[in-house]
Amino acid sequence: MTDLSKDTPDPARPEAIKAVPVRHPGRWVAVVVIAVLAAMFVNMLVTNENFKWSFIVDNAFRPNIVEGVWTTIALTVLAMVIGVLFGIVLAVMRLSDNPILSGVAWLYTWFFRAVPRLVLAILFGNMGILYAKYHIGGVPFAGPLGDLMGVDIDGTLFTVDARTLLSGFMAGLLALALSEAAYMAEIVRAGILSVDPGQEEAAGALGMSRALTLRRIILPQAMRVIIPPTGNETIAMLKDTSLVAFVPVTNELFFQLQAVGSRTFNVFPMLVAACMWYLILTSFLLAGQFFIERHFARGAGEQPRDKRTALRALGFGSGGGAAGGGGGA
Amino acid sequence: MSTADETGGLMVRAEAVHKSFGRLEVLRGIDLEVKSGEVMCVVGPSGSGKSTFLRCINHLEKIDAGRLWVNGHLVGYRESGGRLYELRDREVAAQRRDIGMVFQRFNLFPHMTALENIMEAPYRVKRQPKAEVRSRSLALLERVGLSDKAGSYPAQLSGGQQQRVAIARALAMEPALMLFDEPTSALDPELVGEVLEVMKQLALDGMTMVVVTHEMGFAREVGDSLVFMDGGVVVEQGTPGDVLTEPRHPRTRDFLSKVL
Repeated sequence: MTDLSKDTPDPARPEAIKAVPVRHPGRWVAVVVIAVLAAMFVNMLVTNENFKWSFIVDNAFRPNIVEGVWTTIALTVLAMVIGVLFGIVLAVMRLSDNPILSGVAWLYTWFFRAVPRLVLAILFGNMGILYAKYHIGGVPFAGPLGDLMGVDIDGTLFTVDARTLLSGFMAGLLALALSEAAYMAEIVRAGILSVDPGQEEAAGALGMSRALTLRRIILPQAMRVIIPPTGNETIAMLKDTSLVAFVPVTNELFFQLQAVGSRTFNVFPMLVAACMWYLILTSFLLAGQFFIERHFARGAGEQPRDKRTALRALGFGSGGGAAGGGGGA
Repeated sequence: MSTADETGGLMVRAEAVHKSFGRLEVLRGIDLEVKSGEVMCVVGPSGSGKSTFLRCINHLEKIDAGRLWVNGHLVGYRESGGRLYELRDREVAAQRRDIGMVFQRFNLFPHMTALENIMEAPYRVKRQPKAEVRSRSLALLERVGLSDKAGSYPAQLSGGQQQRVAIARALAMEPALMLFDEPTSALDPELVGEVLEVMKQLALDGMTMVVVTHEMGFAREVGDSLVFMDGGVVVEQGTPGDVLTEPRHPRTRDFLSKVL
């Protein structure tokens, strides 16, 4: 490779090429067409009075709707946190040598991926039909065991009313989180399998236990594969929180917007407001995803702090050959 | 814990070690002894089982028959009352702490800097104080000539530098035995020397080493003994000078004529 940045000019070097660049008339045609279509769309937004923009502005920030936004955010965050943590557990179970653990994990993902979230939401909302009261016991099977030993023990520590435990919010959260765990399990499993087996061997050779290897070596590297689809899942979850209206959870964003809409006979403007709220919330999630991805890209060649590689990652400039890294034997 | 002295100065003892992958028998009865402080080089054609044998020594592969001891301890099993009991994962991990291993493809942790790679095991596994681990790790980096690369990620290092970090990482656990699995085979030719130099210094410091390699020059200069393996058995064994200059077995002669 010749060094182009040399200061001494090469006398034999010919004049730099000044050629007429290729023209792209098609692009200009496309710009005109898109501009016309965009103008028509904006014109429609402004002139069609049924949008009732002033009504949207007046009503999209009512206290009950802002409360709905917070409920939606809380549901999204909690369902994803539970879903991710439980998903990691399921993925590790699924990859375990223990056939019982991996079988149970498979069965779980099979069930929760097969049943639609809407059905799950309604199902969890009606769980109170099965048990009016839940007994939270310290000893499993305390009753039969007590019978065996001829004593009467009641393993129950405390009892809660099913309607308290599985009230709207809790039932909706459980339905979303348990279903999410099934999807996250598959995503995490793919991430774990993407890590070079040599990493586990190297950690093992250093005397690291399996749990430590998983936590310190495998999962951090799997994160690069796990995070982009998890971003997708989070956005999907934000939107799926609207399903808990059927549990029913009534202080949720979409339910509240619709309620205002039907009460005031302004259904369509409130639907537009819903679109805008979800657009705003999703945009925040995308920004968050960017920073998390950057964090877990550590040591992966692309160092965003380095301006040149960052620009290259965004598609500017041509990358040179990959530096370092051993070639074949 | 018994030491090498109690076992007659033997660091590794292999008796009739057999290993199969499915129907393919890779090791067909390996008998070997590595003394404390000895540098043993293992050579042979690819597929001869030399890397597999090395991986058996720290139980990355489970042996099917025979016995293997490291530092007087049976590898991967506990013998009591004439029966063998498999060791738990935790016990296997404890055994491996005294055995360092360097891989052909380095296997550095890509999400950690060179320094973090070295500190990880002593800090997390042995739970030594962080400051102490840190200063010792920096000293190890200096020993392999990479003081200025402490904050670099593996992807920012050349192959030779990565392998030297990998050696430092293994040494950080203060092992009694170091295993090298073709440590220079994945390197560009001009980077081989720097890694061999580090290994030579290590040998001069008295480390017990088993080195699977194709570097005959290194074997001759640094090795105390040379083992030629082919077809899953030890064909010939002796001092490097003897085996390399006057191989007795025709298969050894044939192999050496191709690589020398």
